[in-house]
Amino acid sequence: MKPLVRKLFRDLLHLKGQMLAVSAVVACGIAVFVSMTSVKYSLEASRTNYYGRYRFGDVFMQVKRAPEFLAGAVGRIPGVASVSTRIVTDVTIDVPGLDEPATARLISIPERGEPLLNGVFIATGRGIEPYASDEVVASKPFLGANSLKPGARIGAVINGRWKELRVVGSGLSPEYIYEVQPGAFFPDKRRFGVFWMSRKSLESALNMSGAFNDLSLTLSHGASEKDVIMRLDQMFARYGSLGAYGRSEQLSDRFISDEIKQLGTQITVLPAIFLLVAVFLLNIVLQRLVSTQRDQIAVLKAMGYSNLQIALHFLGFAMVPTAVGAVMGTALGVWIGIGLVKIYGEFYNFAELVYVFRPENAVVAVLLSVVAAMVGALAAVRRAVLLPPAEAMRPEAPPLYRPGVLDRTGFGRRFSVPVRIIVRNIERRPWKSAVSVTMIALSVAILIAGRYTYDAVDRMSAVEFSEKHREDVTVIFNTPMPPSTAYAIASLEGVLEHEYYREEPARLVFGHRMRRQAIRGLQPESVLQRLVDKDTHRQRLPESGILLTTTLADLLGVKPGDRLRVELLQGARRSADVAVAGTIDEILGLSAYMRLDELDRLAGDGGALNAANLRIDKNREESLYRSFKHMPGVSGIMMLKALRQSFDELIAESMTTSTFILTSFACVLAFAVVYNGARISLSERARELSSLRVLGMTKAEIAFILLGEQALFCVAAVPLGFLIGIALSALLSFALSSELYRLPLAFSTTNFLFALGVLFIVAVFSGFAVRRRLVTLDLIAVLKTRE
Amino acid sequence: MMTFIDGQPVLKIEAISKIYRMGEVPVTALKNVSLDFYSGELVVLLGASGSGKSTLLNIIGGLDVPTEGRLTFRGKELTAASEAELTSFRRRSIGFVFQFYNLISSLTALENVQLVTEIADAPMSAADALGLVGLADRMNHFPAQLSGGEQQRVAIARAVAKRPELLLCDEPTGALDYKTGKLVLEVIERINRELGTTTLVITHNVSIAGMADRVITLRSGEVAEDRRNVTKISPSELSW
Repeated sequence: MKPLVRKLFRDLLHLKGQMLAVSAVVACGIAVFVSMTSVKYSLEASRTNYYGRYRFGDVFMQVKRAPEFLAGAVGRIPGVASVSTRIVTDVTIDVPGLDEPATARLISIPERGEPLLNGVFIATGRGIEPYASDEVVASKPFLGANSLKPGARIGAVINGRWKELRVVGSGLSPEYIYEVQPGAFFPDKRRFGVFWMSRKSLESALNMSGAFNDLSLTLSHGASEKDVIMRLDQMFARYGSLGAYGRSEQLSDRFISDEIKQLGTQITVLPAIFLLVAVFLLNIVLQRLVSTQRDQIAVLKAMGYSNLQIALHFLGFAMVPTAVGAVMGTALGVWIGIGLVKIYGEFYNFAELVYVFRPENAVVAVLLSVVAAMVGALAAVRRAVLLPPAEAMRPEAPPLYRPGVLDRTGFGRRFSVPVRIIVRNIERRPWKSAVSVTMIALSVAILIAGRYTYDAVDRMSAVEFSEKHREDVTVIFNTPMPPSTAYAIASLEGVLEHEYYREEPARLVFGHRMRRQAIRGLQPESVLQRLVDKDTHRQRLPESGILLTTTLADLLGVKPGDRLRVELLQGARRSADVAVAGTIDEILGLSAYMRLDELDRLAGDGGALNAANLRIDKNREESLYRSFKHMPGVSGIMMLKALRQSFDELIAESMTTSTFILTSFACVLAFAVVYNGARISLSERARELSSLRVLGMTKAEIAFILLGEQALFCVAAVPLGFLIGIALSALLSFALSSELYRLPLAFSTTNFLFALGVLFIVAVFSGFAVRRRLVTLDLIAVLKTRE
Repeated sequence: MMTFIDGQPVLKIEAISKIYRMGEVPVTALKNVSLDFYSGELVVLLGASGSGKSTLLNIIGGLDVPTEGRLTFRGKELTAASEAELTSFRRRSIGFVFQFYNLISSLTALENVQLVTEIADAPMSAADALGLVGLADRMNHFPAQLSGGEQQRVAIARAVAKRPELLLCDEPTGALDYKTGKLVLEVIERINRELGTTTLVITHNVSIAGMADRVITLRSGEVAEDRRNVTKISPSELSW
């Protein structure tokens, strides 16, 4: 080994604490990058595989009832590759072991062979057999959540008749990677499941022989989705079509696609912060190294080593720890990636969730860190190269201090001399101090942003489940019911309060923009469902006109006062121009509200109800649940408390790991910055501090001078870190919000206190790490040497 | 001429030896050295490099401990003192002047002295200390704005401000030119005379011995000579 290389490694070993800190920061950045990219590719690949293998449709449509022969006509529309029709209905079910009623979506599949589109992956058990009219394949997450296995029997009310269904297998479908009950937004695995059963038995149970109410199709290569949708809408308008839509409006695909998109933002922002800190650390560590090795550089130059050799030597000090960090980070990233993909598997139901690690990502990661190393080393390498050998032999000129703020304002006298030392040192290099503070602030910011998502989701949960919705149970009817139904519901024993809403599927048109969107008609003074925006401000339902969520208004390009074309898609399919009365910035992105009576007038049918919100007597809960389970005309029951619980569990499950990872990484960052800062100061001031010890100062007194500066940096970093943390959270909120939901910008005191606590612990810890060296200062050597 | 031997010695060194381990090899820095220092004495400790004079100064200053022997300061045994006791000893009783001044570059001359007066029991005022070394008008200058001689005088002011019982000067002129060196020695001599501080000046410069009450010469870790100057010369008359 060449002597310079040997020197490099010995010196690195000597600086191992500081170099390990650099490696750790690089490793964190690379780990975030590698894990997030691999999770992104894994989700993408799993989705593509799944969609391909199980023939996920491109365009979907729900109709009231259409004759089967129209399927042929659809197949002849230019651009349509294959068509599949089905019967789909939601029913109330009685799940063994569950007091409350649950909801199942029954989907027809052929008795023999696989469905042409939207195939079902049989995970356990078997598929249904021909002529076995009671056999169903139930969705795997539903069975799992209820601890049921193939062989279980589940009662259901189908078209008003009680029927016992026999589960023969568990299955998954690309249509329900994200499985939620219609009308709900968050999955509740225990109380909602998809059941696949034979077309024949569903046809006979629903009197749908020779007809269908659900259609999917795939497009041939290069076909225009828009044109096909237009043709379908024309063709099926009179069959009660609710409007055809592409994958982008299919709820499950929307969720998974948004998730993949969101991962993209995290891939860029977080690693960038870590690499930035690595650049900073390398800069200060190497600059100091060049200072302490001035004489060595001079000797090397005097002996005839070229500037290039010296430059490469000092670049090596940046490259080695960075390379170590990149390798550690890649390995850590793969490990975290595999873990995260598993967690995603709990959230999203893939038949097969593959882990994809692309080596080119590791290459990109390594290249990024090499660039960071070079940037970090630049200033130091330049100084080493430019140092004339003769000058390098002489010690560095003593630092020049001038009276600072404390002196000019006359405050200085009030402080003890050690405090003045601290303040002057900070003042002498204001930029370096500012950058140190910023770096510590960045770690505080990551802590804040890491826990921000908790607070945001907490706010979401609070707004949705206690501010906006105040009912205990929502009973969803399978067909629109006459207003008189209210009397029947009210007469049920145990119902304390009851409110109703109507939900009309519609097309909202403004200029050339159009959205399929159900309009919810609410009772004017409704208290069980209130209008609450993402910041928990309540809003009143306007006297007339339509109230749109901000996201929806933006998508349509309308503002209050504009007139929106509303085309209802059910019943008489009436349309009218309705004034936009206002907007509401709700957490869930897409909703349109009107007064119930106005919606009734618009529909022109004398009124209809789609669901009832009920507050019920807790003592009569069980008997009420029993009656709901057998009540005809009910397609679904939603329990607010259960929804909230399942939401909270899901979030806890999915967010704990990522928050833990971010928190640990932020700790590494804070430790690396504080520890390195103190080490550099120690190296710069070892002589001064030793002199002070000789003069009779105690270890604690010199520790105060050394660590006081770092402590001040930490204190200054707290407010700045909070600010950057809020900004970073705002960025996250923006990146993680989609049309489907908005992440509110909410912060709990706990979040700030937590960040403060972590920084405090990290600071104390790094203080101790440096104090160890302070105690072993060589008092004698320092007296004999000039720096 | 004053005699010092009458009273009790301030510092009593009894048969101390110091052996360093340089890797495998033991190196003897001091061999069986016994010395007494009396109140108000100005002692010059002479020796070539490697003679053990710095080791002796470090042991006297409580920076190092001997391998063998006893060291007592006003009756208290320093060889048995803990680290904290040694720190407190330096803080209360010792004034150090270093070859390279070792001033804190971020503090003004005044503040460098205050550094000590803040932690001492009954110090003189920092301004008085600077006046004593003739720097009353340079108090608010930072070290980088002072000449070497001025910096060394600040260091002396810092050392004497706490009214130490023992002033230890390690090659105080080592980094200074002839003229400034003499100026600094004058200050040391004046402090010794006016404050009566027992002063120990370590040097390899034989000419300086002329200003001492007593001259001790170390050679290879042993006391080669311990003599009293019959006539003391004023530092201004020294030449080398």
